[in-house]
Amino acid sequence: MSVNDSYRRKILKKNLPRIFQYIILFVAVVIVIIPIVMLIFGALKTRGEFMTRPYTLPIPPNWENFARVLKMPGFWSMLLNSFLVMLATTSGVIIICSMAAFPLSRMKFRGQNLIFNFLTLGLMFPITLAILPVYLMVRQMGLTDNLWGVILIQTAFQLSIGIVILCGFFRSVPSELQDASYIDGCNAFSFFWRILLPLSRPALAAVGALTMVTSWNDLLVPLVLLNSDSLWTLPLGTMQFQGQYGVNLALIAAFVILSAVPAVIFYLFAERQIISGLTAGAIKG
Amino acid sequence: MKKNSFGQNVQTLPRMTNPVRRHQDRMAIMIFLLPALALFLIFLVYPIFQSVYYSLFSWKGFGPAVDFIGLDNFKRILTDRIFLKAVGNGLLIVVFSLIIQLPLALALALMIGRSLRGRAFFRTIFFMPYILSEVITGIMWMILYNPNPNRGFINAILTLIPGIKAIPWLGNTSTVLMAIFVVLTWKFFGFHMLLYLAGLQNIPPEIEEAALIDGVNNRQMITYITIPLIGSTIRTSIYLSVLGSLQVFALVWIMTKGGPVNASEVMSTYMYRFSFVRFQLGYGSAVAVVMLLISLLFSLAYLRLVRQTDYLN
Repeated sequence: MSVNDSYRRKILKKNLPRIFQYIILFVAVVIVIIPIVMLIFGALKTRGEFMTRPYTLPIPPNWENFARVLKMPGFWSMLLNSFLVMLATTSGVIIICSMAAFPLSRMKFRGQNLIFNFLTLGLMFPITLAILPVYLMVRQMGLTDNLWGVILIQTAFQLSIGIVILCGFFRSVPSELQDASYIDGCNAFSFFWRILLPLSRPALAAVGALTMVTSWNDLLVPLVLLNSDSLWTLPLGTMQFQGQYGVNLALIAAFVILSAVPAVIFYLFAERQIISGLTAGAIKG
Repeated sequence: MKKNSFGQNVQTLPRMTNPVRRHQDRMAIMIFLLPALALFLIFLVYPIFQSVYYSLFSWKGFGPAVDFIGLDNFKRILTDRIFLKAVGNGLLIVVFSLIIQLPLALALALMIGRSLRGRAFFRTIFFMPYILSEVITGIMWMILYNPNPNRGFINAILTLIPGIKAIPWLGNTSTVLMAIFVVLTWKFFGFHMLLYLAGLQNIPPEIEEAALIDGVNNRQMITYITIPLIGSTIRTSIYLSVLGSLQVFALVWIMTKGGPVNASEVMSTYMYRFSFVRFQLGYGSAVAVVMLLISLLFSLAYLRLVRQTDYLN
């Protein structure tokens, strides 16, 4: 009996911190999830239910709000605009960053460090701080109220982080590979295209995923540059929608959830790439 | 003479350079760098210099800037109570982030550690808010903060305690900044936790095993071994947190527009209001210049400090 007891105490003593850990972590999980769950509950209720019993489970679920949002032509055009901007920005960032990172990491030339430092200036001058100067420039070029303006700006301000990540990765490719390819008759360009880029797929994916998230969620650039509602992207449209339907919280909740769905799905599929992009960018930058 | 990794002297051949090849290389380098440099010059460097110029004018944004007023805009900025309030709010957000958000992220990262069962699950959940846009986050929390307990979940919980009345979190000058800080923490702690997890991943397990054999307890392990070993990650995360606090815009703009009575004003909302609502573009440019200077000075100070620390180590 007493042996058994002390044994049990020992096990408990050993596992107690672990149990505590789990309790704390689960409390944190609940705190993180509650806002999202509440939003989903709200969206699945009628306007009346939302007023009378806002925190109960939405039984029976009411899909009306979602249907109403999905029937709005505005929602689909925002989705399409966001998608186009994201796609163009991401391709631009991947192409331009990998091009720039190649000579910066695999060749030697005068002024190399200077150019690298110059190209990482964007880390110190984030778009939020530089938005007015950038707006004035875009206006001079006549690219306001044009998705190209948004794409160009998002691309320009995502370059620094992309170059930092890709330079870090390119440098880790053994130089013997480059020598061997030169002996086999490659020139700089074919080494880049046929060997370096295929090897760097994980790093390119990380840069791509990071850019996609940043572009998809960006409010400021579209807010400043776009006027016509036919060009609005999802974050901008969501904000305007909230202003317009401010009282109908259930409908707003449905709109917000639907605009979050693409990002969440993408996150669940590309979590690893997003995370490695973020950590590589942060730690090397 | 060079030495190879065995310490033997080896002869290095002088590089054969043929002028045609070198010329080709130089061309290739130019072509590869050109798009990035062009975008950067056009959309970052030139606009900033242009804003420095405009900041010396009183300019409404139409026609050329002609009303030269020298440094008056800067004098106005530095004496404007609302701007100083915005700076103060920014500093408060920085301080709160450093003493609450980052330690919280670190504690959670240490708990999750390298091998906790369910590690991937916790990571996925804690990082989720970072993926949601600031617009979505802002609207979601506005509903949660609703002063009516029948609509806002937070007040519903609060009013369960007898004797406590609902608080208009975002409508009260004394609570609004804290309320926004809670949202910022909710959204961004996962990012810092992720950095710490990556840092922890890089600690060689042998070091911790050796310490265990030497009989250190949990607390000693964390304070004397784990935290010093992820020092550089912590420094990075502090830097990003401060820089991020400078950039808070969308959340504040959506939830409060800097109000009520400027109680939640931050520099970026201040600049946005003067530039894009009141169209005082000369003054807005001056504000942008001040913000960029702050960011630059902070970054340079950080780089210097970190280089020094790394050098000392």
